[in-house]
Amino acid sequence: MDRQARSLQLLLLAGLLALAAFPLVGEKFYIQFITKVMVMAMFAMSLDLLVGYTGLVSLGHALPFGLAAYALMLVTPETQAAGIWWSLAASLGIAAAASLVVGLLVLRTSGIYFIMVTLAFGQMAYYYVHDSSHLGGSDGKYIYVRPALELLGWKPFDLENSTHFYYFALALMVFVYATLRVLLASPFGRVLAGIKENEHRMRMLGFATFRYKLACFVLAGMLAGLAGWLAAAHDGLVNPEMLSWHQSGQLLMMVILGGMGTPAGPIVGAVALKALELVFQGWTKHWQLLLGAFIVLSVLFVPRGLTQLFAWRRRG
Amino acid sequence: MAEPLLRTENLRRDFGGLTAVASVSLECHAGRVHAVIGPNGAGKTTLINLLSGELAPSAGRIEILGREATGLPAHRVSQLGVGRSFQRTNIFMSFTAFENCRLAAQSRLPSSMRFLRPAARYRELNEAAERALDLCDLGSQKSSIAAALSHGERRQLEVAMTLATRPRLLLLDEPLAGMGAEESARMVELLRKLAPGHGMLLVEHDMDAVFALADTLTVMVDGAVLASGSPAAVRANAEVQKAYLGETGD
Amino acid sequence: MDPVIFLIQVLNGVQYGLLLFLVASGLTLIFGILGIINLAHGSFYMVGAYLAFSLTERLGSFWLALAAGVVLAVLLGMALEWLVMRFLYQRDHLYQVLLTYGLILIFEELRSLVWGDDVHGVQVPQLLDFSIPLTDTLSYQVYRLAMSAICLAIAAGMYWLIQKTRLGMMIRAGSFNRDMAQSLGIDIALLYRAVFALGVALAALAGMLAAPVSSVFPGMGNQVLIISFVVVVIGGIGSVKGAFVAAILIGLADTFGKVLVPQIAAMVVYLLMAAVLLWRPQGIFGRA
Repeated sequence: MDRQARSLQLLLLAGLLALAAFPLVGEKFYIQFITKVMVMAMFAMSLDLLVGYTGLVSLGHALPFGLAAYALMLVTPETQAAGIWWSLAASLGIAAAASLVVGLLVLRTSGIYFIMVTLAFGQMAYYYVHDSSHLGGSDGKYIYVRPALELLGWKPFDLENSTHFYYFALALMVFVYATLRVLLASPFGRVLAGIKENEHRMRMLGFATFRYKLACFVLAGMLAGLAGWLAAAHDGLVNPEMLSWHQSGQLLMMVILGGMGTPAGPIVGAVALKALELVFQGWTKHWQLLLGAFIVLSVLFVPRGLTQLFAWRRRG
Repeated sequence: MAEPLLRTENLRRDFGGLTAVASVSLECHAGRVHAVIGPNGAGKTTLINLLSGELAPSAGRIEILGREATGLPAHRVSQLGVGRSFQRTNIFMSFTAFENCRLAAQSRLPSSMRFLRPAARYRELNEAAERALDLCDLGSQKSSIAAALSHGERRQLEVAMTLATRPRLLLLDEPLAGMGAEESARMVELLRKLAPGHGMLLVEHDMDAVFALADTLTVMVDGAVLASGSPAAVRANAEVQKAYLGETGD
Repeated sequence: MDPVIFLIQVLNGVQYGLLLFLVASGLTLIFGILGIINLAHGSFYMVGAYLAFSLTERLGSFWLALAAGVVLAVLLGMALEWLVMRFLYQRDHLYQVLLTYGLILIFEELRSLVWGDDVHGVQVPQLLDFSIPLTDTLSYQVYRLAMSAICLAIAAGMYWLIQKTRLGMMIRAGSFNRDMAQSLGIDIALLYRAVFALGVALAALAGMLAAPVSSVFPGMGNQVLIISFVVVVIGGIGSVKGAFVAAILIGLADTFGKVLVPQIAAMVVYLLMAAVLLWRPQGIFGRA
């Protein structure tokens, strides 16, 4: 492994250790803030599977995220906790099903059409949820009790506790990261890389590329669903904004700014963007102006993302 | 003679009002090289696109290895045992030469929906890639990024990738395109080495290569077959001389 | 449905569709010729509406405001192209998406700074502020008819551009080629700037025309943008004819949808898009 890759690896390891140690010294506000960032990082990693690994630029990735969140809301009773496994199954199931249906339609297009139709379907879901009073309409609905895990009367952890939730999210984030690394190196991952580089040649070599893209789309949707479940459980609130294209757009920003096609890039991007938001919000009410300017300048001057600074080379 | 690897019957392809390929019937046999020549715009590349499945014929039939292949999409044609190389180099530029061939070999796995074991650990794929690279004299370059290879080496890689899929029939579209004298000679040697083990349909402009390799020669002009037969017979054909060979004098 | 009500819905649908055409044609031209996907296109619509609001107040006349607004929009377009857009031409769509998304944020906040976040109204110009009676109880606003007429006039102008000029020929061929254009003596840099400015002006004009009818509010740009994308997808990227047909189709579908199936009214347009995707993924007049 070359020196630059090694230094990035070490940095990530250091980051992981810092994250693991943080709740021992941090305030509750920051524990919750970092939990949110970790959930965003998972969400961003799921989009990177589409954008960075396979070259499918989706502007509608908020769809499975938001639907999974709403699924948790729907299966959570008014005053009780939903079971973790059962609610996860529901959220991931809805995310996968929605991604399957949408994927069958949108993967018939490519390039700029693909960007536009994913955006459009995302908006369709947004309007459906926004206009449905039984789903809470534009205000959304609350989730009063976080999901709970109970094994024969024993509760190994309590998600109502911020620190427990933090470690739960951290574990899942590491899990998603590891999953993507394994995927990247697997035969499936190599097909995705080939599709991104030269889909035509892949077909000519005998690969039925459509089904691989569809599988990728569904998988990415499920991972986004996982992030959606976590976001809903953590915030205790689901609203249509979780399905908005602003959500999708922000997410794309994180992936691109952090560096695409690398497992760590989205994490860096999520951290950077959330940190920037926090900073800008502290300066002015009109912080989106600064964020927008930052994005424009980044694209013009640092095109390959922040991890470019480490010159991480993808192994061919 | 044994079953032909490839057989077309009155193959035709129209683009709106233009007929690019009109009523082409030809055959390819194992161990034989069938060269297709003709001036630019004769429909040679369209023909290859029809055979490889990139284009669907407007009329006519294609039979590959005894199976009905008319209108099959490209990836299905490939899985029948057909390898196609491109006139304009069509490889994975950011992958190493080895990875290019390894991925090509991976296409022969029953399915690539495998998510756990790293692809690099599939020994049979690594061996297939090595074999293909060695056959094409690229063994020493296997760790080079494709974009860093010379034009001639990339053309060789183009062929190596095709070989890594273990095809029985090779459709080669101007493999010598853009090559200098030395590189061309090497490529001709490679093709000569490959000929006995495969059936080969070769589209080329380089007449020296064509006459050195071809067992059967077909001349196409304006989408139709002008003459077809042994190279000597075709060369002596008056019409062919008038329409093509005499003028270009390659 | 009562025939007069039906007529009113058709007129509304066509009017909405024509407005969409203005926005979508700019979008499709910017993509077809410049190769840029521009998410900020909806912002220009919004800017147009807010300009109509401010300029009408200052200048006292809607028509003057319209003229001034178009001029300002063209200048804005040229400045934007020169400052930012021209660095996007050969780049991956991904970066175009990202950068233009950043522009949306900037425009939204600038709008908030300059005009605030309130909803505003624009008076219908006096000249057209009356209605044509259709029955005893129903009448139709003449302003809306005028809007449609103006949009049709512009559509006619674009038709002339596409059908009767060399540039239009290249657009129709679907393969806008820089070298080919240059060999025809066209100054590419100037052309790109002009096309972008035209796109901005069209979107802004649409916003200005719509202001008296739909009022002026934050977020109006986003709504229009996404529908315009649907128009372009259904019509086929790069095809102005496609944008026209698709826009009218969508205008009618949306209007009748609100009347016939109000529960899923907002989704009708997307269902239409899904249907087109199933049948012809490249759009009605798009190239395969």
